[in-house]
Amino acid sequence: MSNKTTDRIREAFTKGKAFIPFLTCGDPDLDTTGKLVRAAAENGADLIELGIPFSDPTAEGPVIQGANLRALRGGVTTDKIFDFVRELRKDITIPLVFMTYANVVFSYGAESFIRTCKEIGIDGIILPDLPFEEKMEFASLCKQNHVVLISMIAPTSDQRIAMIAKEAEGFLYIVSSLGVTGTRSEITTDIDSIVKVVRENTDIPCAIGFGISTPKQARKMAQSADGVIVGSAIVRIIGEYGKSAVSQVSGYVKTMKDGMKGL
Amino acid sequence: MSNEKGRFGVYGGQYIPETLMNAVIELEKAYQFYKNDSDFNRELTELLNEYAGRPSRLYYAKKLTKALGGAKIYLKREDLNHTGSHKINNVLGQALLAKKMGKTRLIAETGAGQHGVATATAAALLDMECVVFMGEEDTKRQALNVYRMRLLGAEVIPVTSGTATLKDAVSEAMREWTSRIADTHYCLGSVMGPHPFPTIVRDFQSVISREIKEQLLQKEGKLPDAVIACVGGGSNAIGSFYHFIEEEGVRLIGCEAAGRGIDTFETAAAINTGRLGIFHGMKSYFCQDKYGQIAPVYSISAGLDYPGIGPEHANLHDTGRAEYVPVTDEEAVEAFEFLSKTEGIIPAIESAHAVAYAMKLAPEMEKDKIIVITISGRGDKDCAAIARYRGEDIYE
Repeated sequence: MSNKTTDRIREAFTKGKAFIPFLTCGDPDLDTTGKLVRAAAENGADLIELGIPFSDPTAEGPVIQGANLRALRGGVTTDKIFDFVRELRKDITIPLVFMTYANVVFSYGAESFIRTCKEIGIDGIILPDLPFEEKMEFASLCKQNHVVLISMIAPTSDQRIAMIAKEAEGFLYIVSSLGVTGTRSEITTDIDSIVKVVRENTDIPCAIGFGISTPKQARKMAQSADGVIVGSAIVRIIGEYGKSAVSQVSGYVKTMKDGMKGL
Repeated sequence: MSNEKGRFGVYGGQYIPETLMNAVIELEKAYQFYKNDSDFNRELTELLNEYAGRPSRLYYAKKLTKALGGAKIYLKREDLNHTGSHKINNVLGQALLAKKMGKTRLIAETGAGQHGVATATAAALLDMECVVFMGEEDTKRQALNVYRMRLLGAEVIPVTSGTATLKDAVSEAMREWTSRIADTHYCLGSVMGPHPFPTIVRDFQSVISREIKEQLLQKEGKLPDAVIACVGGGSNAIGSFYHFIEEEGVRLIGCEAAGRGIDTFETAAAINTGRLGIFHGMKSYFCQDKYGQIAPVYSISAGLDYPGIGPEHANLHDTGRAEYVPVTDEEAVEAFEFLSKTEGIIPAIESAHAVAYAMKLAPEMEKDKIIVITISGRGDKDCAAIARYRGEDIYE
């Protein structure tokens, strides 16, 4: 797929190691999410994952579960998030990808959801409950609309890595640890050997997520990968500071991006 | 009926995180091997018969039949199994399979507590560690079962996320499995979740319909005209239906929990009020809003208080082979009381949903017709909750 979307994602990985923050749309409200996106972009975020909240996010730990529930209680919906992204795209140029659950896309009508993604300028979709075996139903619609369906690789993927990497588009999301999202004091997975198999099978960039919260961890992970994804650590700040989290998050994003400098 | 990808029509599939994919692939391979392994089958049959007390009785409910004045009613007495419900059939199968796979730890979700108790029992018997996730709301509704699980050596973890009921217990068990796979088997309690669970659980529960068929042929020399069972995820129902699916003359009726009514939001009837969706590893019918957010369902029965239904049932509904009818809390409670008084059998409040529908159907049928109701469990666990429903505060 050679088009604007993949070029834009590839571009995001050319300014040193990429820093990819995750934000739950509508936590605490869409106005604040908008400010957070702009603050993150100004402070070094290379690509942003925008979470569309789901009532029962089975791949999330307590921190992001909490953000999902707060956002839903605040009345955010898929349609409101589409309008919000349309507005963001007036000035935000870095790639934006949605992270949500299969039912949010399926229930909206996959075709209509993915067509709208293209129309409002969403570059990709991450669905943690959509493994390789089930992706076709969504992948063909994504292809038609030039929206990238991001593939994930886990510490348990073993012999599946090559198969997944060969068909992956945009960037590969490498899950650093077993379990759900959430910060971890230590990441013990042998990331190097996973990345090695990935590199043998694809030339798209790979980013590591799950459990990363400190600049030191980010630097360590970025030694083998092309970027890091941070969710819970940021969502926790937003959970704590609410509407006034913008300056805290700005500082955090800058520290994390700076932590990977020179790699 | 399922193809190699674990589909029933368009339903089923494996909508789970990549982290779990090799675990379900390994499970499927092991199951394919052991289901045809004579030693495995001999061991399982021995456990089912000697330990769980199978075959369960097919009892002619003479007084109930007379009271309703129509079709002849038989009760398939799964309530007489060890641990008090049909759940033990599946659990003994899965626990033995897990043990053969080298797993040392079982995790499970539970709603009413019956599956949790069965899993804790199998773990005790087979020397395995056991952790049961149970919605905090349900730990209150079913306090007796919480104690039973702990007595059996299991750790019970109350789940406070979401609506703190069965769906949240399933989510939490899935999260736990994602974090610890090597030594752990997720002993799913119903015909739901990702492939191969709906098939494995159905196969282990199909002993119910195999026995009904044999027992009724022996007693009556014919097949039943209708088989009625309650449906949450749908394991006792699919077990009761399975060997009759090819017998076109047998009506198959699943009773969904309508809660306070299918025209209210306080319902758990996935087929009657839900629509197609993807959740908990499967494509099926779910109670959800227009944006796909899973609805906070309700039923007096903790075991049926689930927003979805197993994929094979969704397909049986679509093909018209089985019917799915809603039964309200009030109807179920009346049936709970009626069966207790007429036959001296206290059914689980889940099973009382099936009894309630039979009470409507039997009087409309000729006296030479036969209905089999599966009494999936016994009702001791529900007595305190039903007393409260009737305004009487009793202490267990």
